[in-house]
Amino acid sequence: MNNPVGKKNMRDMLFENKVTLLFVLLCIGAFFASKQTMGFLLGELFTRIGRNTFLVLSLLIPVLAGMGLNFGIVIGAMAAQIAVFSVSVWGITGFKGFALCVLLSTPLSILFGYGAGKLFNNMKGSEMIGGMVLGYCANGLYQLLFLFIFGGVIPINNSRLMISGGVGVKNTIDLKDTIKYALDELPLLHVVELALVLLALSAVIAWSAAKKKGDTAAGKRQVLRLVLSAVGFGLTFVPPIRSLLTTTRYTLLTAVEVVVAVVIAYTVGSVCYKKLLLHQEADLKKAGLRIALAAVAYALTYVDSIYRLLLSVKVPVVTYCMIGLLCFFNEALMKTRLGQNMRTVGQSLSVATASGINVDRTRIIAIIFSTVLAGYGQLISMQNIGTFQTYGAHETVGQFAIAALLVGGASVQKATNKQAVLGVVLFHTLFILAPSAGKNLFGNSMIGEYFRVFVAYGVIALSLAMHAWKGKAAQKIQLKPQGEKPGAGPSAEAEGAAQ
Amino acid sequence: MNNSKFIDRIGWPRLIIAAFLVLLLILAQISGLGVQGLISDTFRRYGQYGVLVLAMVPGVQCGIGLNFGISLGIVGGLLGALISMELGPEFWVGMGAPEKLIPLFTILLALVIGAAFASVIGIGYGILLNRVKGSEMTVSTYVGFSIIAFMNIAWLILPFKRGDLIWTIGGSGLRTTLTLENSFGNVFNRFLAFKIPHTEIEIPTGLWLFFFGACFLVWLFLRSKVGMAMSAAGSNPAFARANGINVDKMRILGTAISTAIGAVGIIVYAQSYGFVQLYNAPMMMGFSCVASVLIGGASIRRANISNVLIGTLLFQGLLTLGLPVANRIIPVANLSEVMRLIISNGIILYALTKSGGGKNA
Amino acid sequence: MDPQYVLKMENISKDYYGNRVLKDVSFCVKPGEIHALMGENGAGKSTLMNILFGMPVIHETGGFEGTVEIEGKPVKIASPQDAMKYGIGMVHQEFMLIPGFTVTENIKVGREITTPNLFSRIFGKSIETLDGQAMRTDARRALDTIGLGIDEYARVAGLPVGYMQFIEIAREIDKTGIRLLVFDEPTAVLTESEAERLLAAIRDIAAHGIAIVFITHRLNEVMEVTDRITVLRDGELVTCLNTAETDMAQIAELMVGRKMEGQLETMAEGRVFSGSPVMTVRDFSVEMPGERVKKIDFDVYEGEILGIGGLAGQGKLGIPNGIMGLYEAEGEVTVSGEKLDLHRLGDALDKGIAFVSEDRRGVGLLLNESIRDNIVFTAMQTKKQFLKGKLLNSRAAGAHAQEMVQQLDIRCTGIQQTAGSLSGGNQQKVCLARALTQNPRILMVSEPTRGIDIGAKKLIIELLRSLNRDSGMTIIMVSSELLELRSICDRIAIVSDGTITTVLRPNDSDAAFGLAMSGTVSKEEGERE
Repeated sequence: MNNPVGKKNMRDMLFENKVTLLFVLLCIGAFFASKQTMGFLLGELFTRIGRNTFLVLSLLIPVLAGMGLNFGIVIGAMAAQIAVFSVSVWGITGFKGFALCVLLSTPLSILFGYGAGKLFNNMKGSEMIGGMVLGYCANGLYQLLFLFIFGGVIPINNSRLMISGGVGVKNTIDLKDTIKYALDELPLLHVVELALVLLALSAVIAWSAAKKKGDTAAGKRQVLRLVLSAVGFGLTFVPPIRSLLTTTRYTLLTAVEVVVAVVIAYTVGSVCYKKLLLHQEADLKKAGLRIALAAVAYALTYVDSIYRLLLSVKVPVVTYCMIGLLCFFNEALMKTRLGQNMRTVGQSLSVATASGINVDRTRIIAIIFSTVLAGYGQLISMQNIGTFQTYGAHETVGQFAIAALLVGGASVQKATNKQAVLGVVLFHTLFILAPSAGKNLFGNSMIGEYFRVFVAYGVIALSLAMHAWKGKAAQKIQLKPQGEKPGAGPSAEAEGAAQ
Repeated sequence: MNNSKFIDRIGWPRLIIAAFLVLLLILAQISGLGVQGLISDTFRRYGQYGVLVLAMVPGVQCGIGLNFGISLGIVGGLLGALISMELGPEFWVGMGAPEKLIPLFTILLALVIGAAFASVIGIGYGILLNRVKGSEMTVSTYVGFSIIAFMNIAWLILPFKRGDLIWTIGGSGLRTTLTLENSFGNVFNRFLAFKIPHTEIEIPTGLWLFFFGACFLVWLFLRSKVGMAMSAAGSNPAFARANGINVDKMRILGTAISTAIGAVGIIVYAQSYGFVQLYNAPMMMGFSCVASVLIGGASIRRANISNVLIGTLLFQGLLTLGLPVANRIIPVANLSEVMRLIISNGIILYALTKSGGGKNA
Repeated sequence: MDPQYVLKMENISKDYYGNRVLKDVSFCVKPGEIHALMGENGAGKSTLMNILFGMPVIHETGGFEGTVEIEGKPVKIASPQDAMKYGIGMVHQEFMLIPGFTVTENIKVGREITTPNLFSRIFGKSIETLDGQAMRTDARRALDTIGLGIDEYARVAGLPVGYMQFIEIAREIDKTGIRLLVFDEPTAVLTESEAERLLAAIRDIAAHGIAIVFITHRLNEVMEVTDRITVLRDGELVTCLNTAETDMAQIAELMVGRKMEGQLETMAEGRVFSGSPVMTVRDFSVEMPGERVKKIDFDVYEGEILGIGGLAGQGKLGIPNGIMGLYEAEGEVTVSGEKLDLHRLGDALDKGIAFVSEDRRGVGLLLNESIRDNIVFTAMQTKKQFLKGKLLNSRAAGAHAQEMVQQLDIRCTGIQQTAGSLSGGNQQKVCLARALTQNPRILMVSEPTRGIDIGAKKLIIELLRSLNRDSGMTIIMVSSELLELRSICDRIAIVSDGTITTVLRPNDSDAAFGLAMSGTVSKEEGERE
């Protein structure tokens, strides 16, 4: 029954993804025009993916809650920057410093996000323009804070950070001695250990809860979980695994191998879990396909040119894991009551109100989530860049993240993890290549530079216009069916559907 | 009774800001700042920004809301100015124009070309905005940004040849800032300019005449048959339709006029400032204009000439007077930019909360 | 024998800003019965239901008098959530469904079943995981109860309109402890076979012991399915009958008929006009959402007042709006022999038709502009009057406005007062003044007395009468107020379901009007003839 819908029409699919397709073509064109090597591109690209994807992913929740593209994530970035500055002042370094940044930025982001959410509730329907203006306004306050209040009101004696007069923060702050690469170079081992402990802990809690209820089946499952986490902990002591876990940057080759291994293990594991423990049907076809794909990917690494390419690029493991975790979080949140409420609010305010959902509160929570996550995203980006442009780091955060998301095929109403990741890849490919392509084509690298800015703005303008455009078309179509009143009675239709 | 009516008409926010301005003046006097110079400055900037702010009126009245996309008009105006400058004084000498009038002819030509370009752009822009009813402001902001970014490329590759326009190195690409000293800098400002007797306060008569003249023309237009139809289309499309008015056409008209006034506005701005600024300089100009007309008492749905006259004076006064006073208290170099950001965007946010009001819920 | 009532509303009274809309109404429903609530528009049905559901509009306007009892216990219903708690559900006329969600998600919206997880133990219930399996089971059960065989995981977006109502019903049934279900015009958007099926489902539900309140104007459905009927008229309880002991004609009469009281009692004489009509309408259809017109024909004669009546949503408003070109219209309309171009906005204005819209504040006026500008606007735009060159001629416009203010007795501080600050009646006069300024051949007025107080109503009606009787103006008057139509019109066309059921004389019987408005007349008459 789904097939006709799925195959429906290639043309529609191409049409719906025209922005993405256009970008694919642009990227290919720019690659050839730029005369850069694949190695250079991949190296740059994977740095930028690690740097920016988290920020882009932070946009998803408000989209689902019907608040459009959150131009206000800039204020999350500002919260992160205030945290980084404070930590720099206190001189706390390394991962400890980074952790403190996270701790500090969280309440700030929550506060800012709450304010923004309140504001947006007062301008329903104009959230996007509101978010934009809010960003600019907040930028003014931010500058006031860094130019005057730091040093002027709050005395800070630190010649490394402050302008010579002691009032106002310097233009750039070097993070080399504080949090540079704090997350990028955190050994995965610590994260894995923490995760396993958490897993074990949750198993114990759930087990005791199950026991109280007398649910033995659930209890059994939790015991299995506990055992699994113990086994996992044991595995970390196996030398090859341990060396893998203590390496902070994988070559792309290792990354591919690890991903392939994880995919296969996960697929096999989940099939077994379903079959043996839950006695449910598992989709073997899908699982087989997944394993086959993984195998092909692994086989490809043996092609000589690809092999060499993969060896030349390194990726920070923990950062990428965090991005993966956020993807998972976005998915998981939507499977909770809160997530479902957000989706309801996003789809129809009137239905949400009639169903007893507190619309305003749900919207505020969505914005808080987005703001906090954006703060984390900015922290990740800053620890990777290693320098802190005091007055510029946040300025383009919102616009570029939004442009990337839109390039991936998202719209004002719908956005997924996949679109976010795809968007980051395409958008930043163009960003990397545009200057050199411009230089080769027009003999002026500035043209490429301006071109990519134009692309960023243009893609947002285009998407917003197309959204409004489409919205109108949809309204027109909706009017029709009501008038026509489909002829067949429900009983006949119901039988058809049941078959 | 009469008092409260007067206050209602002016509105509390404006009275408070006006009172604040007076306070600033007193503070400036006390702290020994050159008050007369500040007032002169305010007067000059009043005319300098006024026409740009005026461009908001047809936009709001025809129903597209606050025209954040005024950059489209600005770009048209810049093109007009550049073409006129490229032709240079030689062109007019060749035409046999008296030398004294050449700057005037140059700026008039710039105005004509700029307005023409902008009208054409504005028509296309209006057609686009008709397609995106309800999201005009979001779309127009980013269309505005896009055109600025696009023109950045264009400034680099357009075939301008004149030596004082393009970079000396490389021989192509327009400079970021072009001086108007040799073309039409300050032509309006200087026309019949005088100092108020016994003071240092200068009145830029020509500039003001032009600004007030433009305001008068727009005022006349709004009272014409077409203008009234346009306002009706903006304030109540259903009413307009019931009276046989093509709402979409009126919106295009309003957008085109707004864009054309934007073009005129940027040229007036440039002649008063003395420089033409290209590339990213005009990017955020729309926000200041929007804030000015809002501070003057306009809303997203209604704006009139008095909003422009009052709003520009208050907004520019706030920046010009407020800055040195604030700098006394907060000794920071680029405070003006910071203040402008906070004030203008704060005002826009306030207006947005007033208009949306969660009524669509 | 006193059967226990599931719902007992007693001596309910309610006024909005001094305007009494419910007077001492009592309404009782037994468990498992299907109870029809009937009345014309404005009879008080929706206000009564708003009280039952604790809608904010009630509390914001000062609450109500009277008592509500659920299963014998007095209750206070302060919000829709309260109503839900007491087991009162509503199936809305406009669907409260989310197209992008599955059937299950729609049925369970706001009442999702969840299981706790690690994080929910820390952060609270709102992030408990959804239990898709349990929700699907529940949804299935609810769907089975009403016999709907669709997949519970199908998306609502692709389903036929006829299903939507059923999903709404399934949602209400799924609520635990549902006792009373209100159906608001459930069959209005359904085809005949769908309606049949819905009625069967309603009977099923009632058989489960759930009481049903059935709001509709379709008399045949009422006769077919209900046990008892409560009729409201003008905010008063007319009667409560057992369905078995009555017939359609009686109910129709009860709904429409009224004791002649108040100011508008005089019945028009119903003059007969002949000759060639000044306006002919043929095969005329209008695509006005909610007021669709389907292929109607009628004529208007010089000097008459043609009334167009009918219940809300049946299409009477579509007629004037379609003629003015405000909604997409098909067919042939001629005015004094000239054909009207229905697709050209403003053609009707050019051909001498003036229109006073039913949506006075939305379509009829520029609320922020002065009385003067409002009065001269149309004449200025379409006839280029009151202009000096291309600019507004303030003096001529002012003089004319002043004249109209005096002629129509518009109470204002002056012609510069903004139209928005006038009272409803005076606003309507400004609208009329604008239409008259056009000097039209035909004047169309739509709901001329909607939302204005009684005194002003009378003035407006008298004004229309004198325009017609004294100045010979041809008028088409569209109104939901039958009495009003009968007081000045010469003929009254009754519109039901987009077509003209019949054209009546003002002095025809109440029952004739009632049946015509219920749309049943054509069938009945067809059978008789």
